[in-house]
Amino acid sequence: MIQIKDLHKSYKMGSNSLHVLKGIDFNVEDGELVAIMGSSGSGKSTLLNILGMLDNADTGDYILDGVPIKNLNETKAAQYRNKFLGFIFQSFNLINYKTAAENVALPLYYQKVGRKERQEKALKYLEQVGLKEWATHLPSELSGGQKQRVAIARAMAAEPKVLLADEPTGALDSKTSYEVMDLIQKINDAGNTILVVTHEPDIADMCKRIVHLRDGVIVEDKKVEQVRAQQYV
Amino acid sequence: MWIFDRDLWLEIFNTLGKNMFRTFLTMLGVIFAMIILMLLLGSANGMSNGFNRIFAGTASNSLFVWSQRTSEPYKGFERGRRIRFRIDDANILKKNIPEIDVLAPRIELGSHRGVVTVYRNGRTSGSSVYGDFPEIDNITKKKLVKGRFLNNNDIEGSKKVCVIGEETFKLLFDKSEDAIGQEIRVNGVFFTVVGIYKPNNNINIDGENAIFVPFTTFQKAFGSGDRMGWMAISVNEDTKVAIVEDKIKKLLKNKYDIAPNDERAIGSFDMSEIFNNISSFTTVLQGFSFFVGIFTLLAGVIAISNILLITVKERTKEIGVRRALGATPKIVRRQIVMEAIVLTGFAGLIGFAISVGMLTLLDKMFGQGNDFPFKNPMVDIPQFTIAFLLMVGLSVLIGLIPANRAVKVRPIEALREE
Repeated sequence: MIQIKDLHKSYKMGSNSLHVLKGIDFNVEDGELVAIMGSSGSGKSTLLNILGMLDNADTGDYILDGVPIKNLNETKAAQYRNKFLGFIFQSFNLINYKTAAENVALPLYYQKVGRKERQEKALKYLEQVGLKEWATHLPSELSGGQKQRVAIARAMAAEPKVLLADEPTGALDSKTSYEVMDLIQKINDAGNTILVVTHEPDIADMCKRIVHLRDGVIVEDKKVEQVRAQQYV
Repeated sequence: MWIFDRDLWLEIFNTLGKNMFRTFLTMLGVIFAMIILMLLLGSANGMSNGFNRIFAGTASNSLFVWSQRTSEPYKGFERGRRIRFRIDDANILKKNIPEIDVLAPRIELGSHRGVVTVYRNGRTSGSSVYGDFPEIDNITKKKLVKGRFLNNNDIEGSKKVCVIGEETFKLLFDKSEDAIGQEIRVNGVFFTVVGIYKPNNNINIDGENAIFVPFTTFQKAFGSGDRMGWMAISVNEDTKVAIVEDKIKKLLKNKYDIAPNDERAIGSFDMSEIFNNISSFTTVLQGFSFFVGIFTLLAGVIAISNILLITVKERTKEIGVRRALGATPKIVRRQIVMEAIVLTGFAGLIGFAISVGMLTLLDKMFGQGNDFPFKNPMVDIPQFTIAFLLMVGLSVLIGLIPANRAVKVRPIEALREE
């Protein structure tokens, strides 16, 4: 699903440049649930931004579902993001004046899906995350865990190839974190490919594979026995 | 068509409705600008209408011709010779110059603008006395308060009738008296009053204290023979008065042996010049109003652009999320520009509605009187359409500034955790 070869990225900070990614080689198969771990400054967020087409690599190849991702203009990048990727953010990033259902339907709007179909799909995905009866509520009326579940529904609404979750439990207490991870595991069980950036070992253990980043290189890449979040809920 | 996309409009109204107070304040600038523009334009129109009302009844394409003394010697005649028109001149002119529409000869008792003592029941008035043809009414319309104006019957029968001015009436009659059918005496001749007229607003060639008698009666009563004082002439709709004026003078100069370069022997006055001056004045006024109004409007639209810039700044994160979810730069830009258009359009319409109300009020207050040149102050549809289109056009151009700022928001920066 994802093939990355010798990826480099550096940022210019005044006169000196900061080499953040120093040659990443990394593949993700269909249906994997991968945790990307690392301390702050290890380059995990940069990697995620490049994977999410929010940022461009300096050198190296990135192939997503057979499509080389390179030299995209803003319009093309937006279209690819919409088609290939679903984003889950640490701070949820729901649009606060739209209801839960409208938030979920937003990626479909950019896909030019008809209004009726959008609403049906939004309700379908809200049902999957267990929030169907909250469809008409504004984000301000939802708890943190509920907001993240709406965000997950939104990420899935466009039926992307890969879900990218950036510290999805970073703003949640541990009980809610496990609920969200339980949901992510279930979505993965249904066959979706998911990448989770986290620095919490217990969250990483709930994935099927852990990739450790340190100082811009992968220091460890191992498959793990998945801890089911269900038991903590 | 994206313009009919319900979601686009929902998005726009959602974002604008999110902060109603600010939206309203933003619109205020354009509302005021529109009011100023419409009031200026409407007032200019009102003035134009007002002038038209004042001159209503006076044919704008008319001229007056009278005789004076020569200022150049010619064909053995000395300078300073008094020229006197004869009544046949009227027929000659009418026959030879087809552009003449109406020609009304007139004769005056006494010298020009002279005053004759008129008697009635021991009262007197010093009035101008004119011998006229009924055609004069086509050139300077008399507003009759009572009775009728002279007619062809009067001319043919040389009837001893007269039409008097309101001022003359006040001098010769009591207020409660009915003057119609009463007799007044001019130079020993009695005339029966058949009509009383009111001065025609501001253009007042004959004065208010005047007596009109049939031309033929005048000839017989005062022994004026075939003399003629002056002529009021109106020319055909599509002809320039100055051209006809030239032809008339040429013909008359030839007839009376006046030097072709003698500028003073024949006097004339071109009414159309006044009208042209006034209409160019009101046109300039309208143009100026438009100019001032458009710049005020520009200032209002720029204010909207400014507020949208602030809004874009505030919505950086939201725009970033939208971009991450697949909003293309085009969609983002369109949304902001549409917000600018909707804001300006709404504000413009509100301003228009208010100014229409204010103009109606102005008309109620000032538009009814006869003295003040102000009537029906209102903008016409083309003026409004042009102003409105210009305003929306400006808002598109100026809306592009915040729109491009919004497009420059890079999703990665917008989404960076603080």
